[in-house]
Amino acid sequence: MLRNALRLYCKGSLTVYCCPVMTRQKQTCHVLENRRTYSSAMSERKKFYQDVSISHGEGGVFEINLDHRKLKTPGGKLFTVPNEALAVAVATEWDVQRDTLKFYTMHMTTLCNTALDNPTQRNKDQMIAAALKYLETDTICYRVEEPPGLVQLQKTEWDPVMDWIEKRYNVVIGSSSNIMGPTIPEETKDTFRQHLASFNFWALTGLEFVITQLKSVILSFGLIDRHLMVEKAVQLSRLEEEFQIHHWGNVEWAHEYDLQELRSRTAAGVLFVHLSSESATMKRKLLQDLEFPQPRKPWN
Amino acid sequence: MSVSFTVAPLRACRDILKELRAVKGPGYQRSPAYRYVMDQFRHNRITSEKLCRSQQDLLHRASSYLCLLQSTRLHLSLHAEYHGEGSTREKGLGDVARMVGLALPTQPGGKGWE
Repeated sequence: MLRNALRLYCKGSLTVYCCPVMTRQKQTCHVLENRRTYSSAMSERKKFYQDVSISHGEGGVFEINLDHRKLKTPGGKLFTVPNEALAVAVATEWDVQRDTLKFYTMHMTTLCNTALDNPTQRNKDQMIAAALKYLETDTICYRVEEPPGLVQLQKTEWDPVMDWIEKRYNVVIGSSSNIMGPTIPEETKDTFRQHLASFNFWALTGLEFVITQLKSVILSFGLIDRHLMVEKAVQLSRLEEEFQIHHWGNVEWAHEYDLQELRSRTAAGVLFVHLSSESATMKRKLLQDLEFPQPRKPWN
Repeated sequence: MSVSFTVAPLRACRDILKELRAVKGPGYQRSPAYRYVMDQFRHNRITSEKLCRSQQDLLHRASSYLCLLQSTRLHLSLHAEYHGEGSTREKGLGDVARMVGLALPTQPGGKGWE
């Protein structure tokens, strides 16, 4: 419980990367200097455009246009995304803003900015190592010994996810109820390292964001592998809080607020990972299916 | 891959469009998101396979996007209500107390000096 309380107070390692769109001054690569030009996530700017549109850029990338101006990252680079789905998601975020721009609700834009600018200047190996380090303090691995209701709840809700990941990746993780946590065997880490190496940089950025939000590598994998839905993963991440809410009551301005914020960030992260790793392929059906077209089916 | 959920495509599509209408207003049918979502649902609808893996993947993605739209809207409304401009400062003491479930004390019969 203490560990969870400590973790609840740590808001996450990823720098909040929301900033005015067009920066006038020149940016150097130095992180400290960059930080001075970032406005905080909670500051708001007036909406300065009417229309948002998407256009094709060089090399098959997509760009976002606010009126006639091209969107740029906080680092000054041209904002480009590799596929249309991401472009639509980002454009929608800008499109739904009313009188002021609320950057703290624009999670897809934030993630794209982070992937494009890479403000902490890390490479793929460093990100993979950070993710595996987080496995040692994974929420699912830490079990309490009391109260008995929570012990039972952790068993019934978290054990299936643990079984799923151990079976899916053929690894051993285990859980523990002491403060040091379980010892993760090297083979497990190697298996995950190999799996994560197949992710591209953008997908790893998204994955790291999801891990930081859910405070769990196992739940993040469950989400990325489509074993869990976003709402379920968030509920499992907040299991102890849900248990206490069930017992003591729900406080809307804290619990509900945190829940919706966590859901929106997690959903954005998962969507970002999936959209960054997609490759659009059209599979043609066999010729015999085309000769005898099926009657139009209603939605199933 | 174990599929531990079922999402009805029509329901997902309808809910996404409902969310878009809620955030965009009357012009939502002209937005790029509307066109893209309708496109995706139309093109991936007809399949003769019962358990189409890519269909499940797309449904998961649709459901994630729906969750994103819904939770962002709710987060924003909660923020405006409890943390935004005029949510605490311009309110009177009684209103702020009521927000956290408390009430100012009342003394039946008045305070004596009124």
